[in-house]
Amino acid sequence: MTTLLEARHVTKLFGAGGGFFSREKTVALEDFSLAISGDPPSITAIAGESGSGKTTLVRLLLGIISPTSGEILHKGKHLQRMSREEWRAFRREVQAIFQDPFEAYNPFYKIDHVLTTPIAKFRLAKSKAEARELIENALRGVGLRPEETLGRHPHELSGGQRQRVMVARALLLNPRIILADEPVSMVDASLRATILESLLKLNQELGISVLYVTHDLTTAYQLAKNIIILYQGCVMETGDVERVIKNPQHPYTQLLIGSIPHPDPDLRWGQHDDRFKPEEAPRGMNRGCKFADRCPHVMDICHDTPPPLFRTDGSHAVACYLYRESPAADDATNDCEY
Amino acid sequence: MNSDILRVQDLRVYYHTPAGIVRAADGVSFLLKRGERLGLVGESGAGKTTTALAVMRLIKPPGRVEGGRILLGDQNLLNLSSEKMRKVRFAQISLIPQGAMNSLNPVMRIQDQITDIVKAHDGHFSKAQLQERVCELLKQVELRQETASMYPHELSGGMKQRVCVAMAITLRPKVIIADEPTSALDVVVQRQVMETLRKLQEDLEASVILVGHDMGLMAQFVDCVGVMYAGKLVELGSVREVFKEPLHPYTQLLIASLPSLETKGFFKGIPGLTPSLLNPPSGCAFHPRCPQGMDYCSSRVPSLKEVSPGRWVSCHLYEA
Amino acid sequence: MTTTPGRIRGSVRALRLNLLLTVGLLIVVCLVLFAYLGPLLTDAKRAEIGAFKPKQRPSSEHLLGTNTQGRDVLAVLTLATPQTLNIGLIAGAVGIAIGVLLGLISGYFSGPIDPIIRVGTDVFMTIPAIAILVVVATNVRAVNVVTMALIIASLAWRLPTRTIRAQTLSLRERGYVQVARLNGVGDLELLVKEILPNLLPYIIACFVATVSWAILATIGLEALGLGPQNEYTLGMMIYWARFYGAILRGFWWWWAPPIVMIVLIFVGLFFTSTGLDQIINTRLRRAV
Repeated sequence: MTTLLEARHVTKLFGAGGGFFSREKTVALEDFSLAISGDPPSITAIAGESGSGKTTLVRLLLGIISPTSGEILHKGKHLQRMSREEWRAFRREVQAIFQDPFEAYNPFYKIDHVLTTPIAKFRLAKSKAEARELIENALRGVGLRPEETLGRHPHELSGGQRQRVMVARALLLNPRIILADEPVSMVDASLRATILESLLKLNQELGISVLYVTHDLTTAYQLAKNIIILYQGCVMETGDVERVIKNPQHPYTQLLIGSIPHPDPDLRWGQHDDRFKPEEAPRGMNRGCKFADRCPHVMDICHDTPPPLFRTDGSHAVACYLYRESPAADDATNDCEY
Repeated sequence: MNSDILRVQDLRVYYHTPAGIVRAADGVSFLLKRGERLGLVGESGAGKTTTALAVMRLIKPPGRVEGGRILLGDQNLLNLSSEKMRKVRFAQISLIPQGAMNSLNPVMRIQDQITDIVKAHDGHFSKAQLQERVCELLKQVELRQETASMYPHELSGGMKQRVCVAMAITLRPKVIIADEPTSALDVVVQRQVMETLRKLQEDLEASVILVGHDMGLMAQFVDCVGVMYAGKLVELGSVREVFKEPLHPYTQLLIASLPSLETKGFFKGIPGLTPSLLNPPSGCAFHPRCPQGMDYCSSRVPSLKEVSPGRWVSCHLYEA
Repeated sequence: MTTTPGRIRGSVRALRLNLLLTVGLLIVVCLVLFAYLGPLLTDAKRAEIGAFKPKQRPSSEHLLGTNTQGRDVLAVLTLATPQTLNIGLIAGAVGIAIGVLLGLISGYFSGPIDPIIRVGTDVFMTIPAIAILVVVATNVRAVNVVTMALIIASLAWRLPTRTIRAQTLSLRERGYVQVARLNGVGDLELLVKEILPNLLPYIIACFVATVSWAILATIGLEALGLGPQNEYTLGMMIYWARFYGAILRGFWWWWAPPIVMIVLIFVGLFFTSTGLDQIINTRLRRAV
């Protein structure tokens, strides 16, 4: 059984910034490893704030950009070294939904365009009638009515409907995994639940794995089984979502969860924890733990070397020297396997 | 009555577009007490930003304030001349508009942008006095003094937003309106900015109107919350009452749809689509999606009624 | 506003709102009618040498008088205008075609091809067009309308390339391009099916600007005497007028009409181009 989608020690640097002589590069993602087996179909959440590298990760996993070092593999094959056939198979099995339901549509075409194109390109249907049937089924599968959706222009539909059409599009190809990059952050609150529910249904009924990338820990908790917390391109904590959310071990995760505005007037934000310093300046190039500048529990070693992942129990691992008594995670490298 | 700093009565703002009349705000009424934090919550198109802009008299054509009164103290702001209104803006009512942090002048230093506001209202201050005011303001929003001589692109999102907050309180207004002040910010920075705003508001003894769509944020920050739907205020009350016992079906569904960190895999949305403001549904705008709709909900428009002290609902279920 | 009468009413309203575009289009339409219908209604023999008594002032018989060669000036003008317009159109079309091709390739593909095209375009843009054109024109043996157009086209592609490249660079990052890639669409098909349709407004606006420039360039060359010697064009009219000393001898009816025609062409094209610009920008703003 080959792993469906895998990232091995991926580092991505962006070379912007600085003048002609400066060599400033931004580290978007550092030594990141992730393995999704696809069997059984899983829902994994990648949670992080802006600048955490989560969008870069999605683009790397989709092959839109290539890593500076490390590899991305689909069923054991490196994305960079695939044949045309292998690439097509990759495209069919690994699909995505993006954040912006407005931008995702070419204003020149009707909404059908985005659904008929993959059918044509991947030869999913032998006739127009068959194609139409495939499209209608996909739309119904996400709770939309074909009569009300097809033939319209994107601007005639709401953000929620557009996003659901995107899910339908991803489904047409019968993928094995869907990467959802902030699929509901630009959608109205009352419509979010339907989209998230379709993602859950896809996983439970169709056996499609989901990689849910978000900054919203609450929806991540609702949807996923496993979660990876990213901060400035590095994994801070990872594990079963129940454990990580209910019992966060990394100081950064604790800060994140403590800052979530609960919709309960009696559960107000606690006393502002002054020990956490605010993120003032642009990210530093510190050699140690990325969170060292802000962490209230910082020690000398934190500034020297980045902490490896320590496995605190079965499925819970933290990249923090506070837990250095626990064994380092399997095969001595950062590794999240789902 | 002395503690009512702002009274909005039956505010109507219509946009006259080529496609028809859009009733962005259709009879909005609420009270704001001194030192109170009021939240106006609703989804996109509910009319909350329109209401905020109308209070500042910043509605531009094709939008027009068609009716209602906006009473700041005893003065109806809608009757003021534009010169008098200009003096009211920022000095008595201040606005942190949506996307403010992206609207900072990229070629002006922070201190110059702040002093501009002072100079526009009263040109009599000396350079030293202005400098001092800038220092004071930066301290109040918990920014380092070096920020004064920086340019916007050198600051992070949270810092820029705090600069916007500083600009809004420069002239010590009585009312601060914040329109989605943290929507582009991460959850940690959001908390910092909101805490700063709260502290400032308490120091100034000012009132705040927070406009947004995040119910969680409302629960954390405001004292009173008003729920808007299709240009109308459908429910208004203390934040505890509204969350613990929502009266309007829309509020009930909205609160039920909020994801929680308690239960997993529980997704409850509101069926149907957000209403078109060009062709709103007849009668109560929510009736196509309302699980408790009755026969006459589609023909009669409910009015905002006070069902108990300080508790208002606009729903036929409560029209005894 | 999706019904047809609604659409027509909407367009009429839009035209009325955009005065510049309306006036510009009006001028252009009148010019086109004059230029292409006029020759059908004029006897070409009136424009030949020795057709009439030379150097006559404008009169009821000869509305614009005759020149030193005995040609009826109005007849010459009627035959010259379409030629000038043709040169502009051909040069504009060729320039746009090359510009779109180079701009698309340069803007879309990363790698060495972009800097090569970009630097190349920049180099050509810094060299004064007139210098290159003069050199090229003096070395071409037989110059006729088509050759003239091609000479001009050799430089008309510069601005379109820049403009289209800039737009392509921006469109390349759009969400729907990523979605198309996920849908299995290859690069070439992407360019043609996804990006090109959204470039149409820019291409049209650029085309009008390029035609303007081409007409200006050709008139410049012709006025120097480097134009088609045996054909009627507006620039050649000016050249011959100078050649025969019309200015010194006060024969204003020979050099004024072509100048007025040229001014009308430019005003028409300029208004149209600016009006189009406004529409594109409001449409973009609304779409955002």
